[in-house]
Amino acid sequence: MKLKKNIAVSENGFLFDPHSGESYSLNKTAQLIVKLISEGKTEVEIMNSIMKKYDVESSALQRYLDDFIMMLHQMNLLEKEDN
Amino acid sequence: MKKLKFERPVINHINAGVPDKFGRGTTIQAISDIEDIAVEDFLSQYGSPLYVISEKIIRDTYREALSAFKTRYPKVQFAWSYKTNYLNAVCKIFHQEGSWAEVVSGFEYEKAIANGVPGSKIIFNGPDKSKEDLKRAIENGSLIHIDHFDELYDIMNIAPKTGKKAKVAIRVNMDAGIYPHWDRFGFNYENGEAWTAINKIMPNTDMELIGLHTHIGTYIMTPTAYAIAVSKLAALAVRIKIKYDYHLKYLDLGGGFASKNTLKGAYLPGSDTCPSFDDYAKAITDALNNSDIQYDHMPTLFLETGRALIDDAGYLLGTVLANKRLLDGRRSLIIDIGVNNLFTSFWYEHQIVPTKIKQRDTEDTTIYGPLCMNIDIIRAAVQFPLLEKGDQVVIKRIGAYNMTQWLQFITYRPKVVLIDLDGKTHVIRENETHESMNALDKIPDHLKEIQL
Ligand SMILES: Cc1ncc(COP(=O)(O)O)c(C=O)c1O
Repeated sequence: MKLKKNIAVSENGFLFDPHSGESYSLNKTAQLIVKLISEGKTEVEIMNSIMKKYDVESSALQRYLDDFIMMLHQMNLLEKEDN
Repeated sequence: MKKLKFERPVINHINAGVPDKFGRGTTIQAISDIEDIAVEDFLSQYGSPLYVISEKIIRDTYREALSAFKTRYPKVQFAWSYKTNYLNAVCKIFHQEGSWAEVVSGFEYEKAIANGVPGSKIIFNGPDKSKEDLKRAIENGSLIHIDHFDELYDIMNIAPKTGKKAKVAIRVNMDAGIYPHWDRFGFNYENGEAWTAINKIMPNTDMELIGLHTHIGTYIMTPTAYAIAVSKLAALAVRIKIKYDYHLKYLDLGGGFASKNTLKGAYLPGSDTCPSFDDYAKAITDALNNSDIQYDHMPTLFLETGRALIDDAGYLLGTVLANKRLLDGRRSLIIDIGVNNLFTSFWYEHQIVPTKIKQRDTEDTTIYGPLCMNIDIIRAAVQFPLLEKGDQVVIKRIGAYNMTQWLQFITYRPKVVLIDLDGKTHVIRENETHESMNALDKIPDHLKEIQL
């Protein structure tokens, strides 16, 4: 899972995609996940680091994360992966 | 170390410039209880979905409407429009408040009689009155509002056989300066049809023309349309006085006042734009007081207000069944309330809110009902908080037309509960069951046995 090149996230949660010119707003959790993705973390590592910090069950988190990653794909913010 | 409160990750596309169809910046307020009873308790006690009706809101709304008119024109009589909501308990509240009954079918007529309304206090409207319906209405001294010439001839035939004079009015349709012009009911004013009908009734000794009726349409946003309607009915009344030296007893202005719901495609919410009872009352009573009708023969003003008297008193409570993503990434929320329970979702952008807001973020959401049909959309596009399976929602202002136009489809219709003035709840209509649904089916002998 890799963020597209040159995607910038500001301190207060705005994401700008220079490829499409579109902007997005992210809440705190979404900002954290995008940051972890940009650091090259795997899904399992992302889950672990969120659960360490926040009060959330892993099954619920898995659902929210799947949904969120799907949205990133949908918005064309992730590199296509061939698996 | 204590862990932090978790919020679901949310990413929203930012649209520069005009707000899109989902609307931005409206903050959704949760509704956790109705008149101090938790939505959660309602649903656990009575099942989901559930209709809830507030007796207090009905009575308060009725009294507000009545006083808006009474303070300006003392001779006012409301007649409860049965088709808007004919649950017996609801009708009885209106009748206790002094409202007569306005019915449009034999079925509704029978309901009104069973609810204890004297025949002489029933207004019988509509194009579908059978000969038996007419006979009963004449015998009971009900006010028959004639819709077309065929009905007029039927009454001319039936009345002599009853030995009673039929008490009648005619329904008049007219150009009241609004669109659409409802010309399919009653006799037209402008082309002289209404005057022709009056001239058939007045000399007839088996009929007594007591009043004139019009219903110019529904959800009328312009009170001046009523002023036009009053002036046209008053002109007919004055003409009758001149030609027959006869004073009509009433003018019936029908229903049609807007409720605070937002019509589909409206730019601003209905709660900001809909006229008040005072606005309508002023337009109507000013027009009456300024008419040429003789001062000591002012007619009683009848009103058949429906939706504006009951919409606010009804709530529909339900539960989230699932979340899904549509192909374009939009969130879709599936709830257990379908368009069969909320017929008015075809006209209105109903206000739907959660019972609690766990986090502030919202997403573009489409809210679907549970029916396996594409038309089953409760809200096509709304900024909505992220709910989960099992979370509960409240839809506001659903008291009008939903509990009469509801459709039984693929499941049982739910219960209806009334909150009385002391905050006690009463089931005023049971949910359907396998037994009640099957009671009307009949199976021919040759289909009784099946072997698979
Ligand atoms: C004859 C008549 N009266 C009253 C009403 C009630 O109208 P509303 O609910 O718009 O007040 C209707 C509704 O269609 C009607 O047809």
